[in-house]
Amino acid sequence: MEEAKLDIHEYQAKEILANFGVATPKGAVAYSPEQAVYCATELGGWHWAVKAQIHSGGRGKAGGVKLCKTYNEVRAAATELLGATLVTNQTGPEGKVVQRVYIEVAEPFDREIYLGFVLDRKVERVRIIASRFGGMEIEEIAKDHPEEILQVVVEPAVGLQAFEAREIAFGLGLNLKQVSRAVATMLGCYRAFRDLDATMVEINPLVLTPDDRVLALDAKMSFDDNALFRRGNIADMRDHSQEDPREVQAAEHNLNYVGLDGDIGCIVNGAGLAMATMDMIKYAGGNPANFLDVGGGASPERVAAAFRLVLSDRNVKAILVNVFAGINRCDWVAEGVVRACREIDVDVPLVVRLAGTNFEAGREIIAKSGLPIISADTLAEAASAAVAAVATAPKRRAAAT
Amino acid sequence: MSILIDENSRILVQGFTGDKGTFHAKEMIACGTKVVGGVTPGKGGSTHLGLPVFNTVKEAVRATDATASITFVAPPYCADAIMEAADAGIQLVCSITDGIPAQDMMRVKRYLLRYQRGRRTLMVGPNCAGIISPGKAMLGIMPSNIYMRGAVGIVSRSGTLGYEAAAQMKDLGIGVSTSVGIGGDPINGSSFLDHLILFEQDPETQAVMMIGEIGGPQEAEAAAWIKDNMTKPVVGYVAGLTAPKGRRMGHAGAIISATGDSAAEKSEIMKSYGLTVAPSPSELGATMAKVLGAARPH
Repeated sequence: MEEAKLDIHEYQAKEILANFGVATPKGAVAYSPEQAVYCATELGGWHWAVKAQIHSGGRGKAGGVKLCKTYNEVRAAATELLGATLVTNQTGPEGKVVQRVYIEVAEPFDREIYLGFVLDRKVERVRIIASRFGGMEIEEIAKDHPEEILQVVVEPAVGLQAFEAREIAFGLGLNLKQVSRAVATMLGCYRAFRDLDATMVEINPLVLTPDDRVLALDAKMSFDDNALFRRGNIADMRDHSQEDPREVQAAEHNLNYVGLDGDIGCIVNGAGLAMATMDMIKYAGGNPANFLDVGGGASPERVAAAFRLVLSDRNVKAILVNVFAGINRCDWVAEGVVRACREIDVDVPLVVRLAGTNFEAGREIIAKSGLPIISADTLAEAASAAVAAVATAPKRRAAAT
Repeated sequence: MSILIDENSRILVQGFTGDKGTFHAKEMIACGTKVVGGVTPGKGGSTHLGLPVFNTVKEAVRATDATASITFVAPPYCADAIMEAADAGIQLVCSITDGIPAQDMMRVKRYLLRYQRGRRTLMVGPNCAGIISPGKAMLGIMPSNIYMRGAVGIVSRSGTLGYEAAAQMKDLGIGVSTSVGIGGDPINGSSFLDHLILFEQDPETQAVMMIGEIGGPQEAEAAAWIKDNMTKPVVGYVAGLTAPKGRRMGHAGAIISATGDSAAEKSEIMKSYGLTVAPSPSELGATMAKVLGAARPH
């Protein structure tokens, strides 16, 4: 699975990068149209960009960035964007709701450059990617004209060196003034990346103004969830409104959950086995409703939380629990399942497969519980049983709210 | 024979006196592992589970001649523990810890390179179930009773899916020489390839089961090596056929992740390099039985 990460908004990324010496246009964040107009008056200037703040790229194409020439236009743009749902090529069909807009002084520019920093698992280092073709089609350029993509892999023991940044800057065809400013920008981005445990920094576009300034017109940053314990300021930037509410709920219980569009809810220990279980459901002719890794040490509380989470998806018509106990003990997991069934209204068929440490004791607890639980011995049996259960499942009761 | 560990491996437990370290050290000892002591900074000089506790890995190595260690150290401090073991001359470090920051692992990998080949520490994990050479030694957290001693090597990203493979094989009477969990993190200490090389050299291992996951380049890299270098048959599986594509922000990730990241693509790559790919995760054992039958008819 993709490593868990924390995304932040453009305005937050710009604030961070500015502290590391990256030049950005003047801007301010607003939560209402009135505030947006006030920001524009305070910022000064003649033209402003009103930009929807959502955790996604491709906002321009989706109508999330509006260029305004008057305060009235700023007010109208903010009114239109705030509360709207933007669907971009990166949000998925459900889109994301705009709750903040960023008002920025519009700067004239001559050229747009792409600049990205990413933790590349292939080389296990930070890779810098740059192209003289900034803008939204960068993925196509990487595919069709790989020679137009400049790359540097940073040696972690010493960090990014000025000469490496210079090579990129000259490679982008910049003039001398621009080169020194672009080098400062790159060194600043790298230091921010390293010092704040980022996994991605992207400036697209980085623009060159007629007076040779080098400005970050957009900025995105993602951070390593595993490092948030030492990055309190970053952790505070989390915006739950931009995340899947079920994933937020899962994170509170230390569960790893990803919603899908099938109807068989899965509760499994271990990410690999969870994916294999989903594969098995597919082979048996069904569709998994989610990925859910309960992890090691699945206490009854955690198992109950997993059941609640899976059942909150109204498409779920059956649940498959698959636990191969190593650190876990099957009797412990079975107790959790039985307790969850007694505490929560599990209104769908339930298939349980237990293997590994103490599996006999676990199966006995399930059998003696008197609950209508379908027991399975193997992965294949469990998947077929769950698929068969969906076919005959009664309609679920209305959600208790 | 087996790879990485056997009944003679002298093992240290880092984070020995904590709950997890204590619990799993007992399990490891119970299945025959030669645990010679542990390290918990501040508790040096005491005894735990009847074994000596040291403040530093260097002291422990000097006193016990340990050559391998396992870390049950909390994520914020684990990178430090791994580097300490490497600096003390430990040859094999296995890290169970889940949640080590990616940049810490980046620095650990760089740090391990400061030693010359012959002297360099091999790291397994993090975020893995560890290593077991059934009947000989265990440097991990797996249920040892699901493994039967035998001639198939297992190398798996996932811990629990590795258990699944071992249990399916045991049901068919197929045993394991060594099983290695390389871990599910984006940056891991050692790769499929590192262990395939060892399995190829190990006289006891007759075939290898390689279990991958979506994401990352390691499975494809290993498959290419197998085609050119491996004389033993390899059964492959890649979990995550139905896994959702990771949602990402921005383009940087998309630019560097060329084709070959999905489970379907990796399975195709494995097949094209001559591996036998198990048709489903419930047929890992059966596929291995078939491959062994074909390789050695009797």
